Amino acid sequence: MSNLRDVTTISQPLIRMLVSALVIIGLWQAVVVIFEMPSFILPSPFDVIDRLVNRHQVLLKHSWVTAQEIVLGLLLGLSMGLLFALQMLMFKPIKRWLLPILIASQAVPVFAIAPVLMLWLGYGIGSKIVMAALIIFFPVTTCCYDGLRNTPVGYLDLATTMGATKWQMLRHIQLPAALPTLASGIRVAVVIAPIGAVAGEWVGSSAGLGYLMLQANARMMIDEMFSALFILSSLSVALYFLTDKLLKKLIPWQA
Amino acid sequence: MARLIISLTATPMSVSTLLQAASVNTASVNAVTIKISNGYLRYYDEAQPTIAGLNMEITAGQWTCILGRSGCGKSTLLRYLANLLENKVQWTGEINSQPPCEIKDQVAYMAQQDLLMPWLSVLDNVMLSTKFGAAPNQADNPQMMIDKAHSLLQKVGLADKSGHMPAQLSGGMRQRVALVRTLMQDKPIVLMDEPFSALDAVARYRLQNLAYQLLQDKTVVLITHDPQEAIRLANQLYILQGQPAQAQALAVPTSAAPRKLDAQCAQLQQTIMERLEQDHE
Repeated sequence: MSNLRDVTTISQPLIRMLVSALVIIGLWQAVVVIFEMPSFILPSPFDVIDRLVNRHQVLLKHSWVTAQEIVLGLLLGLSMGLLFALQMLMFKPIKRWLLPILIASQAVPVFAIAPVLMLWLGYGIGSKIVMAALIIFFPVTTCCYDGLRNTPVGYLDLATTMGATKWQMLRHIQLPAALPTLASGIRVAVVIAPIGAVAGEWVGSSAGLGYLMLQANARMMIDEMFSALFILSSLSVALYFLTDKLLKKLIPWQA
Repeated sequence: MARLIISLTATPMSVSTLLQAASVNTASVNAVTIKISNGYLRYYDEAQPTIAGLNMEITAGQWTCILGRSGCGKSTLLRYLANLLENKVQWTGEINSQPPCEIKDQVAYMAQQDLLMPWLSVLDNVMLSTKFGAAPNQADNPQMMIDKAHSLLQKVGLADKSGHMPAQLSGGMRQRVALVRTLMQDKPIVLMDEPFSALDAVARYRLQNLAYQLLQDKTVVLITHDPQEAIRLANQLYILQGQPAQAQALAVPTSAAPRKLDAQCAQLQQTIMERLEQDHE
């Protein structure tokens, strides 16, 4: 019985994804055929699939680079955000100094500072990791800080009457209570981190899906660009669902 | 348990038992009587005091119930005693404890919500207090604390639920877990802020009996807006009313708590209702 349910719960989203993919491919092909689109404006979906198969080695190589940038950027951004939020919570006077920096980090467009990062950190994946980390820094920090600040008063009262010190309170009450809010920050971060990584690659790089797209675009290989785009979005979707599942498993009490 | 019995000094005990009990936890205080005289309390952000001219005696080892309508200041009083209003209120007046001690170190607090941490299992929730304080894991032997938690859970009929998460329990069960958590703290004073009010009538009735039985040796302060609850459980009964609030003592029925609701109780309930009604005008 439970086996059957497992199969349906897994296969239902798969079927939904398959159906929507088929519909999109159908519409796309229809547009190409009806309007007689030249392949350098809009390639047919079958050309793109053909590219995906024939050039899979090149695509895989560049995907691996971008995936590394995304994951490392996520780790860096998450730990920075968590640290920043903790500092604002635990040392109230520091908060007044840190808050403008936090807001500035969001106000300055990453595209604008990307060339500087390239200059400082080189053409390698370092500058892209920092870009991805920067772009998720604000949502992670605000979510984490909000979660830490809005611990239910009753929990704090109870721990106070039990004689909890500031750090015991943080460790045993505030941090675990903030996890569900932090989790929604992480979900947002997972979706926008790839934007940072790819933007970094556009500004200057020698590898990665962003680099590949730029090259393909310049050479009018639109089908290759589409295949890179397809991999990038698949990567994001997979990462999101993986993270979501993991968070639900780790934080089962969240609403 | 031994050191709780000592407080009732009437019980003859061997010297060795006394010494042994004293060496277990020299810092702890046995049953505590609290006497409040001419208490005055004002929130810093308010012009009018919440409480003024408060006189009250909370007797060791007994249930003191404080009745009042919502917003009369009874929660404020309890929270002040639990040291939860530090830097928020101005207090004058005397609070004496007998034996002399720092009251805030001697209290366990039970609120209207069960306040079970959703990320901890029932057992870990019950053991929560062992994580806090100057010396976490106060008992050198954690296994001893776990055994104690299990035996207390058994007493409230939740022996088989120790591995469950709070979300899997009913409201009544959760409040029973909260009761066990309070008992685990093993403090002489238990402050209760309407802990039964969110339960349905039968669950409330059963939990009242259970709490009364398990908190026998403690000094209990129970605040409630439910006259019936106060009448059932009180050894001493105060009504908190007025603006600012003052406490007035009421005579409790002669039968032993937790009481069955007889004619005397019903009459007292009627009297209380009439008095609380005045406060509404």
